[in-house]
This record gives sequence, structure tokens and C-alpha cells, in this order.
Amino acid sequence: MMSSTEHNYETKSYDVIVIGAGGAGLRAAIEASAQGASVALVTKSLLGKAHTVMAEGGMAAALGNLDAADGWVPHFKDSIRGGKYMNNWRMAQIHAEEAPERVKELELWGAVFDRTPDGRILQRAFGGHTYRRLAHVGDRTGLELIRTLQDKGIHSGIDVFMECTVTNLLEENGQVSGAFGYWRESGRFILFKGKSIVMASGGIGKAFEVTSNSWEYTGDGQAMAMAIGAELIDMEFLQFHPTGMVCPASVKGILVTEAVRGEGGKLTNALGERFMKNYDPERMELSTRDIVAKAIYAEVRDGRGSPNGGVFLDISHRGADYIKRKLPSMYHQFLELGDVDITKGPMEVGPTMHYTMGGIRVNPETQESPTVKGLFAAGECSGGMHGANRLGGNSLSDLIVFGRRAGLYAAEFAKQQTEMLPIDNEKVKGYAQALVEPFERKGTETPYPIHAELQHLMHTKVGIVREEKFLKEAIAELAVLRERAKKARVDGSRAYNPGWHLAHDLINMIDASEIVAKAALQREDSRGGHTRLDFNFSDDKVWRHRTSVASRATDGTLTVSYFDKPQMPKELVALFDKAEEKTAFETEGKF
Amino acid sequence: MMMIVSDAHTNRVANFHVFRGNPDENGEHIGEVVNYEVPLKPGWVVLDAIHWIQANKQPDLAVRWNCKAAKCGSCSAEINGLPSLMCKTRLDHMPADKPIIVKPMKTFPLIKDLVTDVSWNYEVNKKIQPFTPANSNVDTWRYFQQDADRVQEFRKCIECFICQDTCHVLRHHSKFDKFFGPRFMIRLAQLEFHPLDVADRLKFIKEEAGIGFCNITKCCTDRCPEQIRITDNGIIPLKERVVDRFYDPITMLLNKIGLG
Amino acid sequence: MAELNAAPVLKTQGFGITDRKDAWWWEQVFTIVVMGLFTIYATWAAAANAYFEVGPYFSPFYSPNLKAMFPEAFSWMSFSPAFLILWAPLGFRGTCYFYRRTYYRAIFNDPPACAVDKPKVGLLRWAADYTGETLFPFVLQNFHRYFMYAALVLVVFHWKHVWDSMFYKGQFGVGVGSLVILLDAVLLSLYVFSCHSLRHLLGGKLNNFMANIFSKFRFSLWEGQTVLNGQHWFYAWASLFTVGLCDLYIRLTAMGVIKDWNTWGIDWLTVLPATGH
Repeated sequence: MMSSTEHNYETKSYDVIVIGAGGAGLRAAIEASAQGASVALVTKSLLGKAHTVMAEGGMAAALGNLDAADGWVPHFKDSIRGGKYMNNWRMAQIHAEEAPERVKELELWGAVFDRTPDGRILQRAFGGHTYRRLAHVGDRTGLELIRTLQDKGIHSGIDVFMECTVTNLLEENGQVSGAFGYWRESGRFILFKGKSIVMASGGIGKAFEVTSNSWEYTGDGQAMAMAIGAELIDMEFLQFHPTGMVCPASVKGILVTEAVRGEGGKLTNALGERFMKNYDPERMELSTRDIVAKAIYAEVRDGRGSPNGGVFLDISHRGADYIKRKLPSMYHQFLELGDVDITKGPMEVGPTMHYTMGGIRVNPETQESPTVKGLFAAGECSGGMHGANRLGGNSLSDLIVFGRRAGLYAAEFAKQQTEMLPIDNEKVKGYAQALVEPFERKGTETPYPIHAELQHLMHTKVGIVREEKFLKEAIAELAVLRERAKKARVDGSRAYNPGWHLAHDLINMIDASEIVAKAALQREDSRGGHTRLDFNFSDDKVWRHRTSVASRATDGTLTVSYFDKPQMPKELVALFDKAEEKTAFETEGKF
Repeated sequence: MMMIVSDAHTNRVANFHVFRGNPDENGEHIGEVVNYEVPLKPGWVVLDAIHWIQANKQPDLAVRWNCKAAKCGSCSAEINGLPSLMCKTRLDHMPADKPIIVKPMKTFPLIKDLVTDVSWNYEVNKKIQPFTPANSNVDTWRYFQQDADRVQEFRKCIECFICQDTCHVLRHHSKFDKFFGPRFMIRLAQLEFHPLDVADRLKFIKEEAGIGFCNITKCCTDRCPEQIRITDNGIIPLKERVVDRFYDPITMLLNKIGLG
Repeated sequence: MAELNAAPVLKTQGFGITDRKDAWWWEQVFTIVVMGLFTIYATWAAAANAYFEVGPYFSPFYSPNLKAMFPEAFSWMSFSPAFLILWAPLGFRGTCYFYRRTYYRAIFNDPPACAVDKPKVGLLRWAADYTGETLFPFVLQNFHRYFMYAALVLVVFHWKHVWDSMFYKGQFGVGVGSLVILLDAVLLSLYVFSCHSLRHLLGGKLNNFMANIFSKFRFSLWEGQTVLNGQHWFYAWASLFTVGLCDLYIRLTAMGVIKDWNTWGIDWLTVLPATGH
């Protein structure tokens, strides 16, 4: 058996290395392969298990199958308004323009969407979308997306590395040269030499106590990219999904799809009042997620919550047959995990950490990092598309639109490289040494309690509402947690050792958490997924025009500053009439 | 209305008999069953208890999981002998006084503790001809919910491979080279039933996928956490189509003269 | 923490080995007992060649009575006419997808129950090497649909017996026997009409239900039959019970063990059978 400190590694070479096999990673890999590149798709989990499978409601694309008036312009405007005008306008435009083609492509590859009565793709209403726009399959659209791409991918000549964790990116003079990591099964090391890298590693939700995210969401991509000079933007904007399960405690945070509201679900407080009329009387339950989440937060805070600290969401008026057909997983989830029959009565729901709007800064056309050549990013780990708040349904379409672009341009970049960059073996040995070092530690503490404390800290002090005092405390406490994490003990061997895996992932989560806290402290403003009790208004003069940007300084410290947002061209600005914009701003500040 | 989850027998200490081990060179499960005393909380599922053991007793206890919401199909194991998802098996529905046995899926080679090597399944999927429409102009496509329903039932599959684990053709007889298993029978059914798919996989289903090895004993259906009616809606209809093509002389004749 | 044992988990350990804590053996015992009793009774009743009709009642075991229908053709026959016909219901049940599941489990132990180990050696195993339904004789299961066609014919005769049982010398009436025969006909019909092969024939073989008016019609048949098909297992057991009960009731009445209550007020032992086969 291999000793736990052995440093040997195998080496593989590919044109394009895709890290992460969710919707964005798979789509990128398929595209890069279609361009003739040799592609490695590396995933921490088994293929088809990515967090994308948990997406429920649908993917937004202005197909106009039900509402002929829909098109890329209304979708673009909805995304910008939902994002509180913080989106990278070009990404929002590309997304709205290309989403319909990408959705049709899925159908071509075997996706089976719910149908309209005349046999086309059915679309459903969702929060913040003016028209019925979400192509969907009941309440398991993410699974459909993953399975379709998976079945396409395995026939596309991609080499898939399952249960293989990438821990470090390699670069030479500001250009990527490869990636280093380990097989989870054996703990053996592996080096990928590559001409370009697509990061598609998802979000950071596992740094939070109440989250709908799977264990993979540990901020690996963000941390690795920063380590070789990439920047993160908009990291203060976190989406708390308004409806997660709250009871029993062990399922707290599990997602209750927005489709429940899309299909007509009503939110009520302990007094039986449809409280959304006090927050967004026009859109009511179909308001954007940031507003509904903060409304629920305010109801509970002011003593009008349900017995278990949430509010009530009731869909039972739609009838048992309809619910079982359109929301089957919700029906079973509540029946089996919560002892509640949602066809007969209301569910208790409350906000849960759901999505990271911010992420790796990329060129909106090519998805390439402006600071690291050959590094591309797509999906949740990239930033800019969703601004301060993502609309429901825009994530799945984001994955396929920008996943494809990332794969396309990564393959093009690889084609332009005549040969692989050299790998610095000493550096690789250093990474290997750092990975096995935890086995030599003699501390008493394992990584598990540190992770639990991190989650609690982020939930209470960098959560749905924030204040300077708590953010400063959080930053100080994160430094302490980081020191403890560096000393955490690892037992056993390198073979499939979750304690060892967590010891490494924990540092990534702390990196990401520190940036969220620092960016949140910097932004003296409330909008979308960032609410400051001490700055409980939208400062449109200053902060509407600033994007936060984080990077790792040469001494290793994480710093956050800001830059001026790119200006939207006049012809696009002209699409927004003033009255509408005013309303969008006014919704802020009511909390 | 709400049912209150009873605290009465959930705030208790339960004994978990968890398999810990490593494979031999053939992937056989070599190891021992270790007892852990776990203080339970209301509403807990088996995976909560396994996480508690990791955090408090055995940090290197290997378990595969992702979503803990019964959507990814990663945490399949055998709980009290029954192949199940750990994230979906509630503890407050189990007898309080008996130990809860948690073992890895028996059908697949062991990797470590509760984790098995399911890569065979991915190799099988590669052999199946994917969706093959007659024309690629999606804008012209029309098909209806009545047709989609049948296909969508199978596309609910979360690839937990519990059906593969339970199927005795694989579990006891190890016919990995002759039979694709229930998961891929419904993958094939889903492609065959798709109103726009034009590929013909019946010979493949009979000869490569080995549908004749299924003796419809229905354990796959009994254990499917997604409640897919694998046997009745997937395998039996495929068997009937295979009969049409290869066994039934009348249908074969009708097909030959174009009346089938 | 205590180590309880340190042995490898082998694939096949022996009959009935499992960690299951529920009564997994219940179904196996039930199946063996019920099927065993039915087989013994049916063989005896079919061989008896007597007491299968009384008054307006006729036993389903002997239906249709080919010997009575075509006396010249079967004049050479000395054994029970039941044997001319029993192959059809037995073949239908024997190749039925539900019964296959049930007896493969209960009798062939393949598997005894889900995730329960099967015998290592011996008669209780399928064969030296498991071949499923790929080889003779089990490959014949594929002809289930032909038995289904025969069963559809039997259904017609069973309903004829219901009709016959309600008229005595042209006069309408009802007896307990008529009700028993009716129950048998209803459950047999439900059992046959919920058949998987019929489901395939009605519409299951189509890929595009909405293609035209004819396929839409077949879809509605298929959709309705799918509901019945979900209960196939229940009809399979229930109709087995009622067909046995029906023969037993007529047999006991004909033997004079019990007396049929009926609206005609006739004791059937005093009259000849009314059926004119």
C-alpha cells in the first residue's frame, strides 16, 4: 500500500482541461471537443451528480412559445432589473440572445421538456420574468439538463476523470500550463498538462449553515483561480433562496423550488396574511428572490413567523393531481422528509443560501480571465452575468450559454498554442507536499468542527442581512478559523478519506468566505443579494456604478477593492424607460 | 395540516453497525462491522448519523454523497439489508431497540467502507446508441405531453444504481457481461419510446443488453427511490417489442407484409 | 466502538442470508401454500369428471365443455373434458408476467426476496448457470400473448355461464351460485383485461400516440388499460381464488353437501342440469 506521504504522480496532457462536470463544465467540454480539441473533464464527484441536478424550476429562454411578445429584449431587461442594474450588460445581452438556441440544442440531444398543447416546449412563469419563459420538466429540470449533456458528452470523445479533485492550477508567466490534484479513490496524485483551462466548479454555499447547496460547493475554483492571479468580482452578492425547508432541523435548507410559487403558491404569515402585498404588491409571490427572501426574513424577525421560524407556502388549492404532476419531487420531499402532505396543507419555508452571483472575472464574450491567459470560467464560479441578484431560471441557461462559449474560446486558445508550456516540477512537488502535510499534524482537532463553526459564523454574521460590526468580527474570526484549519488533524490513509478531503476544501471555503465578508464590508449600500442594516438603502449615486474586485496579493493576503462598472451602450439604455427604473429602485429600502 | 415530528423516540441513542473495510484484489468486500453509538435528533436520516460518526468518531469513514436531498443518487447503501438512499431513510421510522446495519452496495466492487466502484455502469451507458432524431431542425418538431409522459418517467432516474444493486442477475449471478441491468433497460426504453427517435435498438436489446436475462422479479421496481415502474412500464413493454420482432410468428409475418 | 466480526462479505453465502429485519419470507410461504393448495384441488377437480354442473350452474374448470359441444368429435375420449381446456387458463397464468415474478421468487428462489441470498447448490436453484428467459423452456414465456388470446375466448364463455345461471327454463332468477359465477367472471375479466401483453397490443407498441385519430383512439385504450394493469397482481390472486371457489361451490352443491339458495326456490338435486351443451 502507498504510504501517505508518497509524492509520485501520473501525468496526462490535453488541449483543454475542464474542471467541474456540472451543466457549464459538460457544455464547455462538449463544445471544446466539437472544435477538435482533446478534452479532459475532471470532476470531484461521479458524472451526473453535479449540483446542477438540484436545479428544479426550469431554464429561462425567450422562446416565445406561449407569449409571442417575448424575445431577447424583454429577457435582457428582466435580467438587468432583477440584477439591480449591477449585471455586466454584455453578458446579460449575450445570455438573453443565445439562450433559446441552447435550449433547442438540448432538445436535439434528447432532452424531453414538458409540452405545450400544440406540441412545443412548455414554458412557465417565474419570479421577475415578465413572460412565461422557463422551459422545464416538472420540478427536475436540472437533472434533465445534466443527463442530456452527460449522454451527449460520453459520445463526444471527452476523457472524463471522475472523483478526481483538482487542488492547484499551474501557470507560467501569467498563462495557464496545467492543473494538479488527486484521485479521491486512491489518494494518488495526478498532473494535467494543458493549453487552456475552463473553470466550472460552482459556488461557495457549503460555507453556510443553512444552504441548498451540495458538499461540492466549497469555492475551489474561486480559490485556485485567485492563487494564479485571477480576480473575483461581485462576491458580496449572495442569493438566499426565499424558500428552503425549515423543519425538521436535519433537512433545513433543502430547496423548495420557486416553481411552487410559479404554479400559484401563496405565501402567508402566522396571521394568515398574504404578506407579499406589503413588499411587492404588483408581483406578489412572483417578485424577485432577493425581495421575497428579505420579506420572509422581516416577517419572522417581527414575530409573524411560523412555529419553526419560517412562513407558510401553500399550493394545495391547485389540487392533488396537478401538484403530483407538476411538482412531483416537492410532493415526495415533503412527504418523506418532512411528514407534510403538500396537496393537503401548507409547507413551512424560510430563506436558504442558494447561489453566488459573484465569481471569477471574465471577458463577457470569451469567458477568459483578463488577468490570466488561457484561464476561462463559466457558470456559477464566474461573475458578472447576474449582477446583484439572479432571476430564477437564469442559472441553467447561463450554464449552457456561457459553458459553450468558454469551451469554444478555450479550444480556440489551445489551437493558437504551438506547444505545452513547461511544468515546474519543484512547484508541483511543493503542492504535493502541502497536500500530504496534514497527515503529519499532531493536533487534537479534526476539520469537521472547524467547518461547522465556519458555517455558523457565515450564517450569523455574513448572512442575509449584514452590519459593519458583525462583518468586522467575522473577518477577525475567519483569521482564527484559518489558523485552526491549518493545524487540523487527518486520520487514516489517503484512500477515499473524507477528513483529508475536507481539510483541503476548508481552506478554499475560508478564502471565499473572507472575500465575501470583505466585499460586504466595503459596499456601503443595500441591493439584491447584499443588505446592510447600517446602510439600508440603495446608494445609486455611488455604489450602483461600482463593482467589487478581489484578488490575492503577492504576500498571500486577500484584498478587495472596486472598479467602475462598464457603461451600457446608449441604445440598450434606451430600452429602459424611467418610470420602470424608478420602481425597480424603490423596492429597496423597505426592509 | 402540519404533523409535528415526535421527539419521543427520536431523541435517543441508536447503535449503528457500519461496515468498514477495503477490497481484496477482486474487489470483494473485506472488512468488519463496527458499532457506533449515535445520539439521534428528530427528523434525522441515516446519512445524518453517518455524518455524525465522521465528525465525532471516525473522520476517515468513507461515504459517497452529494446533495442530501434525494436528487443526485450518490448515497446508495444497504440499510438493514435493503438497498436504499441514506439521505432518504428516516430513522424515526425504525425500531428503537435494534441496531441499524449500514453496508455498501453488495453488487459492486468495494472501494472503501461504504463506497463502491460503480464505473461498470458508465461503461454500459457508452454502448447505447444515443437519441437519434430523423431531422435536426428542432423548430419543426412537434410531439405531445401524452408521448412525453412515458419517456419522462424514465428520465426521472437519478442513477443511484440501487436497481442494479438489487437485481439478482447482477447481484448473485454477476452477469455483468451479458445483462445491462434495470437502469439501462429504462434508458433503452426511454430512447425506444421517444416519438422522434428513429434508431432501431431491438436486436441490441435482445442480444447485447440481454433483456432475456431479466426474469421480471421486480426488485428493481420495489426499491427504486424515484418510484419509477421499471418493470411494468419499461422492461415488460420492451420484452413485448422483442417478442414482436423475434418470437411471434404472426406479428413477424404482419410486419413482413407491412401490416404490423 | 467494537468490532463485531471480521469476515469477507461474499456474494453468495447461502439460502435466506440477509440483513433484512422484516418478514421477507412471508410472500414466499404464502405463494407456496396457496399455489400448492390450488394445484392439488384443481388437479383433483379436473380429473373427477363429475359434479361440474348442477341446475343452471356450470363449473369454470370445465368451460367450455368441448365434449358436450362436439360429442361426435370427442366420442373416443374417456377422460375428463376439463383436460381439453385447462391448458388455456393454466398457460395464461403460467406465462403471466405477474405469476412469473411470483413463482420465480417463491419456487425457483431467484431471488427468494429482494436482497435475500439464494441457495448455493441444489434443486432450489434455477440451473447450474442462470440463463433467465433466454433458453428452453423459459424462452417459451415469450408466447404469453397467445395464451392471452385463448383467455379472451374463455372470458366470453364465463360470461355465458353468468347469463345461463340467471335463467332456469326461460325464467329469470338469481341464486347464490349465480353470484359466485358472476364474481368469477368479473375477476377473470379484470385479470385478463389487465394483461401486460394486451397493454402492448392496445397501444404500448406505438411510439407516437398523437400521430392520427386511430393512434389517439389506441392511446385512450392504452391509458385506461394502464390503470387496470397496475392492479394486475391483485386480479391475478383474486381470480385464482374465485375460480376455485366457483368450482367448489358448484361441486359441493352437485354432491348435495350444501344447498343453493335461489329465487326459483328449487333444490337442484331434484332436477337435471339445465345447460344444454
